[in-house]
Amino acid sequence: MKARVHVMLKNGVLDPQGEAVRHALGSLGFDGVNGVRQGKVIELDLAETDEAKARETVTAMCEKLLANTVIESYSVEIA
Amino acid sequence: MHAAVIVFPGSNCDRDLAVALERAGARVSMVWHKDTSLPDGVDLIGVPGGFSFGDYLRCGAIAANSPICRSVVAHADKGGFVLGICNGFQILTETGLLPGVLLRNAALKYVCKPVELRVETADTAFTAGYGKGDVITVPIAHHDGNYHADAETLRMLNAEDRVAFRYLDNPNGSVEDIAGIVSANRRVLGMMPHPERMAESAHGGTDGAAMFAGLVDQLAKA
Repeated sequence: MKARVHVMLKNGVLDPQGEAVRHALGSLGFDGVNGVRQGKVIELDLAETDEAKARETVTAMCEKLLANTVIESYSVEIA
Repeated sequence: MHAAVIVFPGSNCDRDLAVALERAGARVSMVWHKDTSLPDGVDLIGVPGGFSFGDYLRCGAIAANSPICRSVVAHADKGGFVLGICNGFQILTETGLLPGVLLRNAALKYVCKPVELRVETADTAFTAGYGKGDVITVPIAHHDGNYHADAETLRMLNAEDRVAFRYLDNPNGSVEDIAGIVSANRRVLGMMPHPERMAESAHGGTDGAAMFAGLVDQLAKA
């Protein structure tokens, strides 16, 4: 069973990397980009076969390690 | 005074920190990250600068979950002293021993230069060797030193006199120019600048030496 975790900076936390990408897009002529937020995607290959259990475990992983919930939010997809 | 300096793969200020502590009169043990316990009778744990685990995932995140860090947290929970410098500060925020987090520098660049700091409180064992309001010069060398905390945390830090150092000329975008903070019991200090790299005249300055001398003096009394 595979899980995909999206980690993003929370709203209100300045994302200087996203801002740099936004400026670079503007200088390439891509007008009208009002904001860019950069996050990360983490894919996990799990031995677990029960979707609910997998979700519970991956959520615990996010809370303990994969995200820093002071500044980051996360979402979990199980496939 | 007995100090332990934790060594992670990628630590690169561990020896500098050990030498600074030894010159101030401490006995120093180096402790490898896979060890699960600290030497008996340790008064102070030093969490050094560097790039533990290659800064993978987030700076300090992997180190904060290493076996020895459980002992570091237990030591702090019992009222033990912990000093985290640079990557050590990042690790201490990731363990939850200190509030807030260090984000990428606002200008996105690694910054390596001497900076001026104002000592905001002398009411800690770490800063007892200085006077409140003293300005000291120590180097910074980091890519992720942009201190961030929410408004409520900042109010708490200010109200409880827990900001140890502020930058005079903010080099990294840190909120309220914060360069270092202490825990609620004032026994855990995290700071981005490197006092151990300004601790003897061959370093080009000695403004950092008072921290180690003050620490040894305070902890020897305790």
